[in-house]
Amino acid sequence: MNLDAILIACVVAAALALIVGGALGWAASRLPPATDQLVERIDAMLPQTQCAQCGYPGCRPYAEAIARGEAEIDRCPPGGDHTVRALAELLDREPRALDPAYDRPDQGALVAWIDEERCIGCARCLPVCPVDAIVGAPRHMHTILAERCTGCELCLAPCPVDCIELRPAQAIRHRWHRAA
Amino acid sequence: MASARHAFPAGLVLDAHKRHALEAPIVPLPAPASVVLALDQGSGSVLEPVVAVGQDVALGAIVARAIDPFGATLHASVSGRVKAIETRESASEFGECVCIELANDGRDALEPGLRRQEALTLEPPELVERLREAGIAGLGGAAFPTATKLAAARERGARRLLLNGAECEPWICCDDAVMRAEAGEIVFGARVLMRALDAVECVIAVEDDKPEAIEALRQALATTDAGGVAVDVVPAVYPRGAERQLISAVMGVEVPARGLPAEVGLTCQNVATAAAVARWARTGEPCLSRVVTVTGSGVARPVNVRARLGTPIAALVAAAGGYRGDPLRLIAGGSMTGRALTSDEVGLTKAINCVLVATREDLAPRLDAYELPCIRCGDCATVCPPGLLPQQLHRAVLAGQDEAAVTLGVWECIDCGCCDYVCPSQIPLALRFREARARLRDREAATARAAVARERFERHEHRLQEAALAEQQAFDAARALARGSGDQGAT
Repeated sequence: MNLDAILIACVVAAALALIVGGALGWAASRLPPATDQLVERIDAMLPQTQCAQCGYPGCRPYAEAIARGEAEIDRCPPGGDHTVRALAELLDREPRALDPAYDRPDQGALVAWIDEERCIGCARCLPVCPVDAIVGAPRHMHTILAERCTGCELCLAPCPVDCIELRPAQAIRHRWHRAA
Repeated sequence: MASARHAFPAGLVLDAHKRHALEAPIVPLPAPASVVLALDQGSGSVLEPVVAVGQDVALGAIVARAIDPFGATLHASVSGRVKAIETRESASEFGECVCIELANDGRDALEPGLRRQEALTLEPPELVERLREAGIAGLGGAAFPTATKLAAARERGARRLLLNGAECEPWICCDDAVMRAEAGEIVFGARVLMRALDAVECVIAVEDDKPEAIEALRQALATTDAGGVAVDVVPAVYPRGAERQLISAVMGVEVPARGLPAEVGLTCQNVATAAAVARWARTGEPCLSRVVTVTGSGVARPVNVRARLGTPIAALVAAAGGYRGDPLRLIAGGSMTGRALTSDEVGLTKAINCVLVATREDLAPRLDAYELPCIRCGDCATVCPPGLLPQQLHRAVLAGQDEAAVTLGVWECIDCGCCDYVCPSQIPLALRFREARARLRDREAATARAAVARERFERHEHRLQEAALAEQQAFDAARALARGSGDQGAT
């Protein structure tokens, strides 16, 4: 009698293990692999300036490199310590200071500004802008969509007349208290 | 006296400092030579001017309109010429904002079309819109547009009105003065507001340390058509007058965190706002003036004055007999939640209910105090009206643990300053929480911006790939064509 109960319990447990194991195996093969989710989660923590200061051509490529284990988590100057800490927590690594090779003085939020008097309308800055925040056409004056600009500085180098500069972004003022 | 309904978690019983300013009746102040109208009247929403420099405006003409539901229409509080529209120091949250300066021509030429309203027979939605046009805003200190509150309440079917006459903060007594002098107007204003809400019930809540005001209101209710309005006396505890605290004390219901009072079926308005509504209904006068307490040990005669909006603080202080002794701080608001000003040229706004000229003795002993480490005594938790754990919250905020701060209720903090008051280590807790909220909002905004940037980057990359692909295809096609024609030539 007692032996029967033990036997039944063992059979039930074994059956459960088989069913759950099978389901998990099936799910693992069907659902997208975990690295993709990891890339998504890392990407969500990056500041999306697309500035390429990390040596990768944008935030997502850098996130992919981190997920593959190729890049360290300390290469994102716009994200700063806050991002490094968040990444360290996500990836269960030791938080560390920003890599000095990539670190730059924090100047606060910047946006590009085109001196429209000097712009010759060469259109070379248009394709390099990772977020399409420059409006213009060949032989027409260009201008920056300040709200979309991430301050990545990628437009500075291609400009033949150096008419682009970075200026402090207009501070966004938030009320401390506001009814929803 | 105190029933379970009036039970009030935590809070503080503070010295009121109100007696002196209430000895004389409200002093009507003459219009100043020029007024400075801040485009942020205190609600945090910056209005858009609709007048230009050099333009002549009539008394009561609209000078600025709201660009969002959080701003109230602003009117010229004197007739005259627009002298300047520029950034100046203001009593608003950021210390400065764009202001319109009007030079008073002394004629008080009234804007045509302002007339008595048949407020009690207007259709409620129309009434709400007219209140919006009249720029009526919460005169209790938030300057939140009354029409926006009423519209939100109507949307949710909130049918009860609570008039806030608690006025719990030390030094401030302008509502008390208004209740004593204009009790009939408050009752009439309440009936107009009830009409706007289709409400059947209205409670005017007054703290028990204002017997004259309670008596005046009771008499007004006895002599006029009360129409569902009643007075409720609540024990004086700071911060009784905070909206959520008053609602839980009088109505016995809790407003959900981050929710609106309308969600529990009621709307809260200040008594002075009701008086302003009555004034508008009787004469058509939009929100042009307010009653403000000018007090503190640093003025000769503490007093309540009715002054035009935009009146320089200096003129208000002069009405109180000028500066006396050694004033140390000029504070807009009361001693618990007021904001220090650096200049007395700031213009009166709808939100300024008190000008406190504080001397060293008013501010002692906190003035010379310096911050010490938290000793975890828990006093802050025993006085916190929303029932938070300020010491835990403070640790989370200092450590930059945003998620923990949100879990511990950084958004539920009502900024009353009770925790600061009792802290034996003199930690400026409320300030830290305020800064933390600003930081959280910044981070939320940055996250939203990042999401947009990510989407634009992905589209940009996609487009470049498409272009490269199209080029490659064109090249392949051209080569295939060249090869094809070459083959043909060979055969």
